[in-house]
Amino acid sequence: MSKSKSTRRDFLTKVGQGAALAATGGLVWSYLLQQQARATPFALRPPGAVSESDFNAKCIKCGQCVDACPYDTLHLARAGDHIPIGTPYFTPRDVPCYMCPDIPCKVACPTGALEPELEDINDSRMGLAVIDVENCLSWQGLRCEICHRECPLTDQAITVEHHPRRISKHAMFVPLVHSSHCTGCGICEKACPTQEAAIRVINPRLVQGKIGDHYRLGWTIETPITQEFKSKAKTKEHSTTKRGLDYLNEGEL
Amino acid sequence: MSGESRHGRLGPNGRPVRPFVMPSTFSGKLRVWRYIIFRRMVQLGVLLLFFGTVNWGWSIAERPVLSGDLSGSEVLGLIPLADPFAVLQIFFTRHVLQPQVLIGAGIILAVYAFLGGRTWCAWMCPVNMVTDLAAWVRRRLGVRDAFSLGRHIRYTVLALALVLSALTGVAAFEWISPISMFHRELIFGIGLGWTAVLGVFLFDLFIIRNGWCGHLCPLGAFYAQVGRVAQVRVSFDKQTCTHCGECAKLCPEPQVLNLHKATEAGMVASGECTNCGRCITICPEDSLRFDWRWHIKAQGQSKSEDNQVQPSERRAA
Repeated sequence: MSKSKSTRRDFLTKVGQGAALAATGGLVWSYLLQQQARATPFALRPPGAVSESDFNAKCIKCGQCVDACPYDTLHLARAGDHIPIGTPYFTPRDVPCYMCPDIPCKVACPTGALEPELEDINDSRMGLAVIDVENCLSWQGLRCEICHRECPLTDQAITVEHHPRRISKHAMFVPLVHSSHCTGCGICEKACPTQEAAIRVINPRLVQGKIGDHYRLGWTIETPITQEFKSKAKTKEHSTTKRGLDYLNEGEL
Repeated sequence: MSGESRHGRLGPNGRPVRPFVMPSTFSGKLRVWRYIIFRRMVQLGVLLLFFGTVNWGWSIAERPVLSGDLSGSEVLGLIPLADPFAVLQIFFTRHVLQPQVLIGAGIILAVYAFLGGRTWCAWMCPVNMVTDLAAWVRRRLGVRDAFSLGRHIRYTVLALALVLSALTGVAAFEWISPISMFHRELIFGIGLGWTAVLGVFLFDLFIIRNGWCGHLCPLGAFYAQVGRVAQVRVSFDKQTCTHCGECAKLCPEPQVLNLHKATEAGMVASGECTNCGRCITICPEDSLRFDWRWHIKAQGQSKSEDNQVQPSERRAA
C-alpha cells in the first residue's frame, strides 16, 4: 500500500519536474524569439516580401534570393546584426535594389515569402523614401535634385516642387516623395551626395501617418458647396509671366 | 557465459575477446578512418558547393551548381531541396507554402528515410564536425559528465519547437538553431553565429558527452523518427561478436548498440543510429557492417529457417 503511494508520488513528481523544465525552457526560448522579432521593422526586405509577420514565418532562411541577386544587394542577417537571424535584407546606402524587371530574387524564393504574384517590379513596396529637410541640399536652396533624377520612377515617386525661399525672391526646387509610387528601392539614398544620406528608405510603418476617415478634405469631395468654392477659385486672376519676370529682374534679389 | 582460458577472456561464442588495436601501417589506419574521411569529405564538399555557388558563381551550363544553404536549396536550378523539419515548423505556424519547398522537403525526407534519418547528422550536418572534435578532446582529457541528462529530452525539445512555432508564429527552432547559424554563416558570411557553435562545443566538451547531438538537438530527434524505416543499417553478426564492447565505447549513441535487440534484429535497428560507421571500423571481429535492411531481414529469415530445418533433418537422420 505504502509502496504504491510512493510510486504514485514519484510519478507525479517526475511529471511536475518535466512540465516545469519544459515550461521554463519554453519561456526562455519564446523570449529569444520575441527579442529577434522586435527588430523586424528595421529590416528592408527584398521586393515582393509579404507582410512582416507572414514573412517572418515563411522565410526558410535559405539565401536563394541572395544567390539570385545580380547586384549583391541582398544579405542574410547574421547573428548579432539586430535583424531576425538568417532573413534577407538590404542596406540601400551600400547597394540599393536596382529593380530587375524579371525580379530574380522573387523567382528564386521557394516558400512564397516573396510574393509569387508580384509581376511588375514597380508594384513592389520595399520601403518608403523619407527626406530630412534640415540636411537636404535642395532644401538649403541649392540645385541638387539628384534623387529626383536618379529615381527609376522619376516624376512619379519623386517630383520636384517649387517652394518659397525666405531670404530671396527665387523659389527653391525641392524633392517630394509620393508614397503612391515609391518602391523603396533606395537608389535615391545611394545617390544622395550629402555626407550622411538626407533621403533614406524606411519601413513605411515607422514613418507614415494616416489621416483617418473622421477628417474630410472638403476640396477633394464633390458637394454643392465645394462646387461653389471651385468656381470662385477659377475666376481669380494670376499674375502674368511678364510681371513675374520683371519682379525677379528688378532691384535686389 | 564468458569464461577464462589461457588466451584470456572468452566471448559468449567461445572465441577470445580481443581489444581493438590501431594498425601500425598508414594504409591500415586509413582503413580504420575510412568512414570519418568520407563523412568529412561529404560535409565539407557540400558546404564548398554552396560557398562556391554564391561567392564564386559556380555554374554548369549557366545553371548555378547548388544555390541556397542546408535549410533550402536548388540543384542546377532544377531540383528543389528543403529541410523537412523547418517546413514542419512553418506548417505549425499555419502558413501555406509554395509547392517548390514542399517538393524539396519531400525529396529530402525520402532520401533520409532511405539512407537512415540520422545519416543527416553524421554525414551532412556541419555541427557534427564540432561535436566530434569535442568528443575526441573529451576522450583525450578524460572529462566526466557534469550531470546526467536523459537522451529522450530531445523529443521534448522537438515537441516544444512545434508548440512554440504554433504559439509565436515563427519557426521556433530555425530562429535559434546553431546548426543553421553555422552553415548559413559559413556560406553567406561570418557573424556572431560562431558563439553559438562555441557554446555547443564547450557544452559537449565539459558538461555532457555528446550533449548537443545525443541529448538536446530537436533536428536529430526529428531525423531519429524518420530513421525508423531506414533501409541502410549496420548489420550485426552474433556468431563473430565476442561482446568486447569496443563499439559501445566509441559510439555517440551507445544505447542503439543494445546487444539483445541487435541479436534479435540482426542489425542496429534504432532510428537514433547515425550511420557514422565508427563501430564498423573499430570492431576487432568485423561483426558489424553496412547493409540493406531487406537483405539483413532476408538473411535472418533464411537463418531461422535453417535452424528450424536442422532439428527435423536430425530427427529424420
